[in-house]
Amino acid sequence: MRGVAVVLIALSGWGCGRGGRGGAQPGLPPTFGFGRSATAPEIAAWDIDVRPDGLGLPPGSGTAQAGAAVYAARCAMCHGATGTEARWPYPRLVGREPRQGFPFGRDPRLVKTVGNYWPFATTLYDYINRAMPLNAPGSLTPDEVYGVVAYVLWRNEIIADTAVIDARTLPQVVMPARDRFVVDDRGDGPDFR
Amino acid sequence: MSDVPISRRSLLAGAAGVLGAHALQQVGAHRGNGGAPGGAVAPDPTKIPGAPMRALGQRSPYEQPRRIVTQDSSLTPLQDLYGIITPADLHFERHHAGVPAIDPQRYKLLIHGMVERPMVFDLAALERFPSVARLHFLECGGNGTLSFRGIRPDFSPQLVDGLTSTSEWIGVPLATLFREVGVKPGATWFLAEGGDAAVMSRSIPIEKAWDDALIAYGQNGEALRPEQGYPARLFLPGWEANANVKWIRRIEVADRPFMTREETARYTDPLPNDTARMFSFVMDAKSIITFPAFPVVLPDTGWWEITGIAWSGRGLITRVDVSTDGGRSWAAAELQQPVLPKCHTLFRYLWKWDGRDAMLMSRAVDQTGSVQPTLDQLRRARGAGTSYHFNHIRAWHVRSDGEVFFGLEG
Repeated sequence: MRGVAVVLIALSGWGCGRGGRGGAQPGLPPTFGFGRSATAPEIAAWDIDVRPDGLGLPPGSGTAQAGAAVYAARCAMCHGATGTEARWPYPRLVGREPRQGFPFGRDPRLVKTVGNYWPFATTLYDYINRAMPLNAPGSLTPDEVYGVVAYVLWRNEIIADTAVIDARTLPQVVMPARDRFVVDDRGDGPDFR
Repeated sequence: MSDVPISRRSLLAGAAGVLGAHALQQVGAHRGNGGAPGGAVAPDPTKIPGAPMRALGQRSPYEQPRRIVTQDSSLTPLQDLYGIITPADLHFERHHAGVPAIDPQRYKLLIHGMVERPMVFDLAALERFPSVARLHFLECGGNGTLSFRGIRPDFSPQLVDGLTSTSEWIGVPLATLFREVGVKPGATWFLAEGGDAAVMSRSIPIEKAWDDALIAYGQNGEALRPEQGYPARLFLPGWEANANVKWIRRIEVADRPFMTREETARYTDPLPNDTARMFSFVMDAKSIITFPAFPVVLPDTGWWEITGIAWSGRGLITRVDVSTDGGRSWAAAELQQPVLPKCHTLFRYLWKWDGRDAMLMSRAVDQTGSVQPTLDQLRRARGAGTSYHFNHIRAWHVRSDGEVFFGLEG
């Protein structure tokens, strides 16, 4: 089975073939001197992304038990009381079916959820923190985000309801779909893939 | 050709309906596309003085093309357009948390991460760099979903493929900005992040920056429309629209992708072998006939010009074949200049209709030899449950009574 590490190595090499094109261009100055230096505080204020290796995760923690109240107050109105009841356009968050294989390409009736389709647990923190809840994006504290992440992972039977989710433990959570993703292998020419 | 001196476009129905709400467009007098004059029109306009100049032009009241607004997008009325340029107010929309209102005086773009000099560029700084202008299509990765699942005969070109538009985009090459900040060795990806309420973000291979990526601030002769990312957006020619992050406010250079929600949970393509393709950026070669197409009704046999658009994210369209017999025989269509890489290309095919049932189809070929597949080929390669990149051949069934319906081969 392909490991995600293999995918990441392949992805990190994507741009290497013709890379190194940051040098001076004929007829252009090396730099123009337009713009200004960014300050450390303004970078910190906007640098909210969280990567699969955990870089970007803030201090704080949460459990499913703590997150349940946040979920009920801030998330359930769209995603349903337990994460299984959402109706389009709100996505269903919870569900592990089908437990065997990854037949989404063969069966259009399957519903993609966090539990059966998302490859990285860190994406949950990143996305909830930046974009949720829809009516008040970016309003949750780190502890609240960790709690909701833990709640959704617990509802998907990926962690225990007592598990503490924080900057150290979240990157260690292995999602069921983690090994299912492959880099785009379509190419130029007549071979349709 | 009919004896009635009517404009081709006069046959095309208005797009002001919702899904499936088009009425058949019986040809007769000039109908325009759904509009009606606001006041009385003189019997002879040569006998009264005309209207004065005005600071901002408007369409003829007889011409009222409209996007169709759905729950999560709005669709370009492809069947109402002339040529390859999409008027900016008809450019399709797809947003993930609405259209933000951004003050251009307060706008800034932060570039940081694996760079020598983390920098901030305001709009004046971006506009001061040497600029480029290019004509390119922009297509949502999910365009054509309804032609793969949920096909209905009363789909218009707008409903089938209205999530593609073409504009002249003006901006600064991202490579220029990357030289300005000094990208460090080993950098292979960058995160592009928007200033909308979703703070929408995607990871992009850095090679695209060195190739042809832009930070665009102009569109068809004016500033970007808010719906297209005002005051500045990432533009990645030929790549799925979601990665062309609008309202861009931050770029972080890195040595790996960030695995955001929109490149894992969304915009990935499940395949029949129990995997899902990720980072499938390039839009495949594609075409669609926009005339004749539902809801048009052909009033007459004889000569009709079949027209449509073709495009490929891999470069130039080199050939479009048209079939009028459901794919049993094909003939080359005429490509209308200009034919530009990664841009809508107009094609024309003169057809003498004998009044019998006909199945009209078009098949695009691009400069790499990539050929628009049949629906069956696409299903076999990618599976019945796949998502995004639905570039299979579209078909229109012309019935003997002149009514035209969306259909598929056979």
